[in-house]
Amino acid sequence: MGLIRKMNMDQEQTEPFLSSGEPSGPIETRWDNHRFATKLVNPANKRKYEIIVIGTGLAGASAAATFGELGYRVKAFTFHDSARRAHSIAAQGGINAAKNYPNDGDSIYRLFYDTVKGGDYRSRESNVYRLAQVSNEIVDQATAQGVPFAREYGGLLDNRSFGGAQVSRTFYARGQTGQQLLLGAYQSLSRQVSAGTVELHTRSEMLEIVVKDDRAVGVVMRDLTTGEVSSHSAHAVVLATGGYSNVFYLSTNAMASNTTAIWRAHRKGAYFANPCYTQIHPTCIPASDEHQSKLTLMSESLRNDGRIWVPLDPEDARPPNDIPQAERDYYLERQYPAFGNLVPRDVASRAAMRMIDENRGVGPLKNGVYLDFKSAIDRLGKNRIEERYGNLFEMYERITDENPYEVPMRIYPAPHYTMGGLWVDYNLMTSVPGLYSIGEANFSDHGANRLGASALMQGLADGYFVLPYTIGQYLSDYLNTDPVATDDDAFVEVETEVKERNARFLAIGGTRSVDHFHRELGKVMIEYCGLVRSREGLEKAISEIRTIKQEFWTDLRILGDSDSLNQSLERAGRVADFIELAELMCRDAIDREESCGGHFRVEHQTNDGEARRDDENFSFVSAWEWTGEDTPQVRRTEPLEFEYVALSQRSYK
Amino acid sequence: MHERSGWRQWLGGFFSSSVGLKWIMAITGIGLLGYVAAHLFGNLKVFTGMDAAGDYYIDLYSEALWHLGGHLVPAGFLLTILRVGLLSVFALHIYAAYTLASRNRRAKGQERYDASRNWAASNYASRTMKWGGTIILLFVLFHLADLTFGFANPEFHHGDVYANIIASLERWPVAILYIVANIALVFHIYHGTWSLFQSLGSASPKYNGLRRGFAAVFAWSILVGNVSIPIAVLAGWV
Amino acid sequence: MDLSLKVWRQAGPDAVGGFKSYEAKGISPEASFLEMLDDVNEHLNEAGEDPIAFDHDCREGICGMCGVMINGDPHGPQSGTATCQLHMRKFNDGDSITIEPWRASSMPVIRDLIVDRSAFDRIIEAGGYISINTGAAPDANIIAVPKEAAEAAMDAASCIGCAACVAACPNSAANLFTAAKIQHLNLLPQGQPERFTRTVAMVETMEEYFGSCTNHGECESACPKNISIDFIAWMNRDYVKAQFKTFQKTGQ
Repeated sequence: MGLIRKMNMDQEQTEPFLSSGEPSGPIETRWDNHRFATKLVNPANKRKYEIIVIGTGLAGASAAATFGELGYRVKAFTFHDSARRAHSIAAQGGINAAKNYPNDGDSIYRLFYDTVKGGDYRSRESNVYRLAQVSNEIVDQATAQGVPFAREYGGLLDNRSFGGAQVSRTFYARGQTGQQLLLGAYQSLSRQVSAGTVELHTRSEMLEIVVKDDRAVGVVMRDLTTGEVSSHSAHAVVLATGGYSNVFYLSTNAMASNTTAIWRAHRKGAYFANPCYTQIHPTCIPASDEHQSKLTLMSESLRNDGRIWVPLDPEDARPPNDIPQAERDYYLERQYPAFGNLVPRDVASRAAMRMIDENRGVGPLKNGVYLDFKSAIDRLGKNRIEERYGNLFEMYERITDENPYEVPMRIYPAPHYTMGGLWVDYNLMTSVPGLYSIGEANFSDHGANRLGASALMQGLADGYFVLPYTIGQYLSDYLNTDPVATDDDAFVEVETEVKERNARFLAIGGTRSVDHFHRELGKVMIEYCGLVRSREGLEKAISEIRTIKQEFWTDLRILGDSDSLNQSLERAGRVADFIELAELMCRDAIDREESCGGHFRVEHQTNDGEARRDDENFSFVSAWEWTGEDTPQVRRTEPLEFEYVALSQRSYK
Repeated sequence: MHERSGWRQWLGGFFSSSVGLKWIMAITGIGLLGYVAAHLFGNLKVFTGMDAAGDYYIDLYSEALWHLGGHLVPAGFLLTILRVGLLSVFALHIYAAYTLASRNRRAKGQERYDASRNWAASNYASRTMKWGGTIILLFVLFHLADLTFGFANPEFHHGDVYANIIASLERWPVAILYIVANIALVFHIYHGTWSLFQSLGSASPKYNGLRRGFAAVFAWSILVGNVSIPIAVLAGWV
Repeated sequence: MDLSLKVWRQAGPDAVGGFKSYEAKGISPEASFLEMLDDVNEHLNEAGEDPIAFDHDCREGICGMCGVMINGDPHGPQSGTATCQLHMRKFNDGDSITIEPWRASSMPVIRDLIVDRSAFDRIIEAGGYISINTGAAPDANIIAVPKEAAEAAMDAASCIGCAACVAACPNSAANLFTAAKIQHLNLLPQGQPERFTRTVAMVETMEEYFGSCTNHGECESACPKNISIDFIAWMNRDYVKAQFKTFQKTGQ
């Protein structure tokens, strides 16, 4: 506990280093030892504590339910109309666990190893190992809750290989694993609501964190139906509000997914870690026109049987089925013979992007590559393919009006997941005591790139199995203290800020809709801070973002009032925060002079165009500290040490 | 967890819950369908003429019903019990239907869709159960007055079933009333026969295809059988 | 393509609502239905009129947030498709489209096309779960589940809670939703211990809010996940079985 690591890095000596508080000793024993060392809260005392959970996706719902079961008094908030709608629901592919049911050589250590390597060596070993350890319990828990995972004929659980893993460790429920796991968590949460341990507030959006005496004491919420702004206090606040891919406007995230909760926390003192680490998912349906509002992802599992190609000749305008084999370039199989179509997401996405940049893209806007099931259908028969991907094929056909059994799918990379997020220590506490962040909202486990089927795993690990233990460490110091009263100046002040900010949006009275600014921001971000980044581009982006910000605050038009349901007003707050975050993302991307995982800098590539990491100078977490409205954030660093997984350049050739 | 009180607790969910009431509707529905079938079976004796002694078979049949149970019980005893039973079944069916309909009215609220609904699965029969049921009820009252008690039939003579039928149905407006009412009845039992499987919880992907077919065959048989009588009378075949 | 829209506008839960007509011009056939509404809203905002409020989120047909009555069809004319996945190519240039919120007394309008579906949460809270605390689960492979049962449970579990079934039902019944939720758990071995208490509690909570089933089957046709009304039959069966107290006591 509290171990300050020896610094072996070439940073300015004045730079303060962050300590993760991770335990030392053999990695297999760290979590156990840590749990033993962590203070417990006596069962009879748990009901004396109040905990606020913001967000009811996988992480939030599982945490709130588990807190309730343990006896804490919980207030859970979601901006949806029900705790069952968070975007966790859209995850299709599956959830990893190191069960080794297929007997193909998997183990906790291998899952740990794959995840650290997949994260391009930018994650914390202790956290990842813990994640791999609890992965098995998650599958047990979900199964017991009634999650209808796919089964073999013998009645036991089926596994598939997913997202470049060399073993079959992914559990899945048709194409709806996210929905089924979320329903499991939501049902557990509903059980606690009915038991009275959790008070659930729906259609409520968190607009501010309240910090008093350097610790988080509550939140200010807005009821989205009545517009009422209210304060809620607690002993601890947990943010489980997901990722910020919507900073790109077009992403696979749900329309309402946003950064507001974590960005407001950042402004109140929580460090924002690795904001530039974003994942662009290779198998999305290409945009069909200008006005598209979002992109749809199709499970990466499609790459298990589909073959990706483009025509050799950029001018080739023939329909795909008329292009003979010899004139096709199965570029992934060509460039990465060992992994072929199953290379990790970042590699697959960049390769597709290169094809499109070389003008070899396909489809009416030349913005896709083919994902072809012809050979799989010939090999396995249409029925097997339908069994595996039937619902994905249907979804594709609904959106594009093309039948993927006959014509190859077209796919395109789209922003999908953000590995960055609030910096948290080993206990998942942010740099503000009493404020926790779990799931995609934190930065913790995926490093610079997330492997397929690990997002669900991390969200549920944090919510079911990590935070419920670690939160005791902080809470135990506050036994028999009441939460700060909501009429305290600290709350009143923040409530006023919130109301004034809303009034300000309404008062601008400009000409442009909030969506206009969001789209403009998205264009800048995807162009300069997307798959491929350069110092020059990022600097340009920062100046454009500042222009957008300036225009936003002078030319925005929000109609209606703040005393009723006003969707434009909701979006205005979210987009204003995205604009601020966008600048930080670009600054972080400039700062990180290397290519790693989802962050690819053109200045740092090998001769054959692969990412070149700089472990000597950048093996650390960048955690940005807010220093005020008019001064740029200061970067703090948490050095990363790799005692178990040897650093090596990832190669999938 | 959910708590019930008073008589509802004692009677379980059968009377308090809509699913229970639907179960009652299905069970009583089966009883009524059985009655309709038996009634038709008996009525078809109108086509069988008379025996050697010059008694119409249908009159003998009526006589036999009256003496159901033979000498074990007083004459008319079992028939009365059956009638009371039938009446209770009928009453229960109507009670459940009425309760459910008023619950549904409350659940629907005030606002209605402006665009006309594009019905995808329901059919005329299913959407007219309420009205069909009401028509049937009114018809049954008339039918009792006409052929059981005789108020609606000036030439009614107790026990002369055959003569009563002919006398009644020779009046063409009455014959048409019988035909129309039977069409309403058949719509009602077409949906009812299918629907009762659902309400009783009998569904299996393997046999579901048969439920509609069974309902159709049953409904058509009742229609053809029942309507054949007024037509035959009007046409002078009997 | 150009379209004439007739849209329900209502400023708040207690306000009087009514229809307003709008022209949607130059809509791409590739646009989704909600993108068409986005476009209309963009123009309304320019013209100084409050944009049309409608619920939506994932726009990939899984979160269940969206859903409106489109020309008398819940979620529009394409079967097995949520409103967000409906594309304008299913309409013709010049079409008139009437867009209304879901209607049921337990799903009152909050604003415009947004309705309050919280009654669904109450049904789940009544018993739509398996009572197991975090950490108490045995190894996942201890319980073998026949593949057919797992598949049937998955069919039921695919419900997205959009309430199209209630909107479609001539009786405003929520039987398809409730049955799917009950049968998802009742079909699995894990759900057996609470099978009958769950069924009774959920059914009777459902009935506090919604109408009853007259087996029209409209819900099944409206369901964006094509959930079968067989589940309603099985729910009915479990409910009736539960009335015989022995079932509850022996759990069989």
